[in-house]
Amino acid sequence: MKGYYGQFGGRFVPELLSPPLVELEEAMAIFLNQEAFKSELIDLLINYAGRATPLTFCPASSRELGVKLHLKREDLLHTGAHKLNNTLGQALLAQRMGKKKLLAETGAGMHGVATAAAAARLGLEAEIFMGAVDVARQRPNVDRMRLLGAKVIPVTEGTQTLKDAINEAFRHWIAHQADTNYCFGTSAGPHPFPELVAHFQAVISLEARRQFLSQTGNLPDYVVAAVGGGSNAIGMFRHFLEDAEVDIIGVEAAGTGEPGCYNSAPINVGRPGVLHGQLSMLLQDEAGQVLPSHSIAAGLDYPGVGPEHAHLAATGRVRYDLITDDEALDACRFLSIHEGIIPALESSHALAWVIKHAPEIKDRSVLVCLSGRGDKDLGIIQEAMEKRGLTL
Amino acid sequence: MSASTLTTIMENNRRAGRLTRIPFLPAAFPGRDEFWTVLAELAAHGADIIEIGVPFSDPVADGPQVAEASRLALANGGSLDYIFEGLARRRAELPPGLVLMGYVNPFIQYGWTKAAQDLHGREARAVMAASLANLAEKMSQAGVAGLIVPDLPLEESAPWLAALKQHGLDLIALVGPNTDLKKMKAYAACGAGGYVYVVSVLGVTGVREGLPPEVKDTLKRARQAFNLPLALGFGLTSPDQLRSLPSEERPEGAVFGSALIRHLSSGGTVRDFMAPWLA
Repeated sequence: MKGYYGQFGGRFVPELLSPPLVELEEAMAIFLNQEAFKSELIDLLINYAGRATPLTFCPASSRELGVKLHLKREDLLHTGAHKLNNTLGQALLAQRMGKKKLLAETGAGMHGVATAAAAARLGLEAEIFMGAVDVARQRPNVDRMRLLGAKVIPVTEGTQTLKDAINEAFRHWIAHQADTNYCFGTSAGPHPFPELVAHFQAVISLEARRQFLSQTGNLPDYVVAAVGGGSNAIGMFRHFLEDAEVDIIGVEAAGTGEPGCYNSAPINVGRPGVLHGQLSMLLQDEAGQVLPSHSIAAGLDYPGVGPEHAHLAATGRVRYDLITDDEALDACRFLSIHEGIIPALESSHALAWVIKHAPEIKDRSVLVCLSGRGDKDLGIIQEAMEKRGLTL
Repeated sequence: MSASTLTTIMENNRRAGRLTRIPFLPAAFPGRDEFWTVLAELAAHGADIIEIGVPFSDPVADGPQVAEASRLALANGGSLDYIFEGLARRRAELPPGLVLMGYVNPFIQYGWTKAAQDLHGREARAVMAASLANLAEKMSQAGVAGLIVPDLPLEESAPWLAALKQHGLDLIALVGPNTDLKKMKAYAACGAGGYVYVVSVLGVTGVREGLPPEVKDTLKRARQAFNLPLALGFGLTSPDQLRSLPSEERPEGAVFGSALIRHLSSGGTVRDFMAPWLA
């Protein structure tokens, strides 16, 4: 079925949003494979965003863990995370479609900053919806967005976090579809967003697969990425899905880890449901009300997940495991000390999987998507360490 | 096939030369018991059809009044079980036609766990079809005639139409200013029934002044595409808004939700609210 990955996906939106989604779908068909579009995007990715990002072997961590650890360095992309791969693509598409404005949701603020930067670069206006709770706890990113010329609109409804920012962005889009594109931040939402975002993020594995082959002569034994909505992970997985010898691991956030705690692990502990336009795995109560999520990594703090991940879990191609807040925090400190790289707490979940499973994967090669840099998390890291009786 | 209850109500009113009045109220709003009192009062003061809102945590098509009322309704325990249990005791004393209006997820989750167990697996779409069959059966038993699902466009509606058809129930189409004639005709052809919910404005629910100028065109296209009565909604506060339309273009029905919620929240009575609509 159109817009589905196996059983999951679809387009569950008000009829009033069907025309702009169809318009976007038609624009994808026209532009994504057009030479002029592709070459302009490639130019932006190389000369503005800083691609290709390096593939870094980690000697000290590898010795310590008894595995061969390699990192795909999306933390070195302009604005500090993989998000810009997608926003540059969507901004360019919006420009080609004759739209004047980009609308976006943001949780931790990384997608908001990446949207604001892409909009500034391509001469578009940006309006960013952000939960009021997130506005308060991610102040530096709010200031970055404003400095980049974007309008930040705090959302005071519901849980006042990412989930409600998305609701408000959809409401806004209904009324402003004529001159505005919704620049969706993750590989989720109504068709065609999951495919559009995966298309632009797939550059991560396109590069990483070539780099790994050229540096080691082989494919990695394991490819690992953290999964919130799932955009860095789908970008990291896409070009390895056909390589049967590569084990692919998605890491969901288990939150504080005690039984019944809030988490961000819909694939492991949720069941299928419809939120934000898609049928996918979802954290919900018996009556189908969406449950609050939690993770120390703001970018993973979301009760749903992209439909392609739900499908890859159902088919068994990708294994989805759990990592707690504490394990992620330890992994963040581990990489900082051993390699001189401060990873984002999101990416730290993927690293923590390697640390936790090192005995099981001894001497094997592992490729981790380091989706973002950890500077944005310093306040959270410091606070979490103090709670555990530690200091920076 | 016998005519839909909802279509019949609106056709009869049209022949009698009057507008069909369709209030919307979220289940368990303003309170668990008050909801049933308000429902009875709406029936006593001229409501022909009542849309009962099934509250959802993430009401993406709703503006502030309905979203806030839904939040309160959820906190009061508003749910499909609450609605069906309440109707089992009261349906006989409620003359209006009844419709449930709510988002996709609470509907498909009604009976999901049991359906998933019965089907021994997680083929999500098969489980969804079984859940919807369960929902349609419960609706039929409770005397509910139709469903309005704001986040269910035509492309996803096939399993819903199949389940509702088994019990002679209607899936009511929502169309708006940006729904072209071709799409409206597709809704008509797929079996949408009861009446057509014509959204007045490119926006969310909420109280608005006047009517946007494009309403006339939307109503005209809907009239051309459907062989069903039309109900106009989103932003209606008073019958005067409809009087601004040429008489031949007026809809058969008017839906009012946000204005009613605002009136009740500020302490107003149902009688006062309904009075202008009865004139």
